[in-house]
Amino acid sequence: MKIENHVTLEFPSRSANEGFARTAAACFAAQLDPTLEEVNDIKTAVSEAVTNAIVHAYPDTLGKVVVKLRIKEGHALEIVVKDWGVGIADVEQARTPLFTTGSEERSGMGFTIMESFMDTLKVRSAPGKGTTVTMARKIARRAGR
Amino acid sequence: MPVTCREDKRHLTARVAGELDHHGARTVMEELDRRIDQAQPSQLTLDLSGLTFTDSSGIAVLLRAHRRMGQVQGSMRVVNTPDQAGRVFQAAGLERIIRFE
Repeated sequence: MKIENHVTLEFPSRSANEGFARTAAACFAAQLDPTLEEVNDIKTAVSEAVTNAIVHAYPDTLGKVVVKLRIKEGHALEIVVKDWGVGIADVEQARTPLFTTGSEERSGMGFTIMESFMDTLKVRSAPGKGTTVTMARKIARRAGR
Repeated sequence: MPVTCREDKRHLTARVAGELDHHGARTVMEELDRRIDQAQPSQLTLDLSGLTFTDSSGIAVLLRAHRRMGQVQGSMRVVNTPDQAGRVFQAAGLERIIRFE
C-alpha cells in the first residue's frame, strides 16, 4: 500500500522517552483528523509497545529503539516499534493476557491492550536479535471534514 | 506524577494526577503503599479525575493498591475514571476485580 507520509523517531531505551514517543505519535496522527478517542487509542498502543522495548528488550543496558509512523493509502496509520534487544523466545506466550517476565509494576496486559486498541498487530522476534511490533489503525473519515 | 492524599478517620482518599505510565508507576505504587501502611484505612478511594493518560502500568498500580488494601482488611473503590483510562481498564477486564464508581 502506498505510503503518503512518514516519520522515524530514534531514541535510547530510557523510560523518560515513553511519554515523548506516544505524544509524537499523537501529533503525527493529527493530520488524519482523528477523534479524541482514536488519538488516545494510538497513544496507548504506542506507549505499550515502546515500554516493552524499554523494559524487556534491554533489561540491563541502554539500547536503540526506533518508532516508524506511516500514513498509508486509505486513511490508515501504521506504527512500527523496533528494537535490537534480547528478543522474545515464545511470542505466543508473551501475547497471552497476564503473562509477564517483568517486575511488579508490569501487568502483563501490554499486548492485550495493543490488540484491542489497534486493528492489526504483528510481532516478529528472534532471541538475541530483537523485536519488531507492527500495528495499524484505520482512522474513519468524518463527514463534513 | 503527584499523588495527593486526604485522611478522614479510617477513610483514605488518594488523588492521582498527570500521566501514569511505566516511567512513573513505581513512584505512585510506593507512595500508595506508604500511605496505606501508615493510615491502615478501612476504605481507600482512588480519585482518578486528574489522570490525563495511563496504559497497562495503571492496571498494575490499581491491582497492587487493591491487594495492599486486602492485606489491611480494607476495601478499595475507584472514582472519576477518565474515558481513556476507563478503556484501558476495560480492555483488561479490571471491572471484574475492582469496584469502579
